[in-house]
Amino acid sequence: MNETSEALSRYHFPAADCSRIPYGMYRDAEVYELEQERIFRGKVWNYLALEAEIPNPGDFRTIAVGDTPVIVNRARDGNLHAFVNRCAHRGSIVQRQLHGNARGHICCYHQWSYNLEGELVSIPFRRGVKGVGGLDADFDPKCHSLRRLKVESLNGVIFGSFADDVEPLEEFLAPPFVAQLKRLFHAPVKVLGYQRQRIFGNWKLYSDNVRDPNHGGLLHMFQITFGIARLSSVGGATLDAEGKHNMSWTAQGKPVEESKDSGYGDTARGDMDIKLRDPSLLEYRKEFPDDRSLTIASIFPNCTFQQIGNTLAVRQFRTRSADEFEVVSTFYGYEHDDAAMTKHRLQCANLAGPAGLVSMEDGEAVELVHRAIVRDKQSHSVVEFGGKGAVKDQENLVTDVPIRGFWLHYCKLMGIQPGAEA
Amino acid sequence: MQTTMQLHYEIEQLLAAYAALIDADRLEEWLDLFDEDSQYEIIARENVEQNLPLSLMLCDNKDMLRDRVMSLRKANIYNIHVDCHVLSLLRITSAAEDRCSADASFALFQSNQEGESRLFSVGRYEIEAKPSAQGWRLRKMRVVVDTGAVLTLLATPI
Ligand code: FES
Ligand SMILES: [Fe+2]
Repeated sequence: MNETSEALSRYHFPAADCSRIPYGMYRDAEVYELEQERIFRGKVWNYLALEAEIPNPGDFRTIAVGDTPVIVNRARDGNLHAFVNRCAHRGSIVQRQLHGNARGHICCYHQWSYNLEGELVSIPFRRGVKGVGGLDADFDPKCHSLRRLKVESLNGVIFGSFADDVEPLEEFLAPPFVAQLKRLFHAPVKVLGYQRQRIFGNWKLYSDNVRDPNHGGLLHMFQITFGIARLSSVGGATLDAEGKHNMSWTAQGKPVEESKDSGYGDTARGDMDIKLRDPSLLEYRKEFPDDRSLTIASIFPNCTFQQIGNTLAVRQFRTRSADEFEVVSTFYGYEHDDAAMTKHRLQCANLAGPAGLVSMEDGEAVELVHRAIVRDKQSHSVVEFGGKGAVKDQENLVTDVPIRGFWLHYCKLMGIQPGAEA
Repeated sequence: MQTTMQLHYEIEQLLAAYAALIDADRLEEWLDLFDEDSQYEIIARENVEQNLPLSLMLCDNKDMLRDRVMSLRKANIYNIHVDCHVLSLLRITSAAEDRCSADASFALFQSNQEGESRLFSVGRYEIEAKPSAQGWRLRKMRVVVDTGAVLTLLATPI
């Protein structure tokens, strides 16, 4: 399947450890096309939705995997299903609503109708009128279901895969990320709302961004200034064996000794003398057995589970082209939250998302890179913080090793051999 | 009748000042349009329609709003741009001696340093105002954005 395509042969990864990434990989429309097949429809599990969003039989949401429109729903028997939201007749979007409850999905174009398992169950005028017109007798509706995804759910988090031969979900996630999902979804959740962001850059610049603990304490001045996380905080990055997933984390209240001439010395950042008049949104109400107050867990290829203090959300990346993607964030709390805790979470949401006091810079950073790499596609970014060579867990935040982990796995799925002679 | 027109004019002036001060990046003066006891919120229509409480920006008191402006000035990095608000006709929805509610629609364009403009956000203002010695002040400004899919990022207020 992974025959080298012409698009990929244009770019050369000079380092076997992916410490150099050719810029063209972020700008090439043909590479983007291949990614849809080999990454998003490859042997991976994509985050689809939360079970809390579709609790009842017939509940559905329409989402996207990569750029493919997908319906996720719950059938009469309670089972979860996901299929491509494209009519088997002439290719129309079948379910036009963003969310809702339905007995099935009926395409508005010629009224073909599908059940909650995605099977084609009725075709108007199939036999024509008085035996004239309609479909031939040998037309078999069973061969015209909506294209199904494999679906698995872990603690109410629904994943889907286009690949029939993908490993079981928990194996794909690997122990640290199974543990993290069980930690975040230890109790039934309730959705608090959605935030959406369109970023005019390549989606991989964003997946790099969430695997780059090093930028957090340099770009995001709010978080540095108000002590949410500094590069000198106790923290690190946890990876799976392949390094394709990453969790950057910071522990509360244990700053490592930071001398005046330490890292921030060469920057205008790190020791601004400003105070918040209302610091209530900085307050972390401890709610997990460990002391991690900030965890950003990014699962290859399409999602990030964030805990910024008491702000909990899952971000789904939906690609739109090589030059644009959307981040759809679903914020949630727990069903057992009292009114005060819900209010606190809603306040703390000011920290995250497109208007996040901590996170707004990421949209700008991604677009700055995307604009500048329009030319010189053979030039490379430099990914060497935390050292070169093997990809492994990181013991502090001054690292971008997890970016290399992403790219090594990406290359494997795309059929690229980093370090090979051009 | 006279009173109604006067009220309409005054609230319209409040909203005009609100938009002009954002467009001129005079956010410190913009803060003065808010009462000490006030709330500012930007929320996506998607959430409002689903009865979901999550906002894009939520300042439950004026200090939080001051913190937003301070953070923009001193901490945050965002796309360099100027804003241009285009406001619809104002509608007074209820009025009494000591309070007034109104709404209006807006289109907010953003332009970059090279003069390239884009429609950044459209939506509706839900305004609650109260009289003060300096004229009407905002007690509550709820911005419901149809443009829930924020382009790039949302730093400066809408
Ligand atoms: S395209 Fe859906 S019924 Fe014809
Ligand atoms: Fe970031």
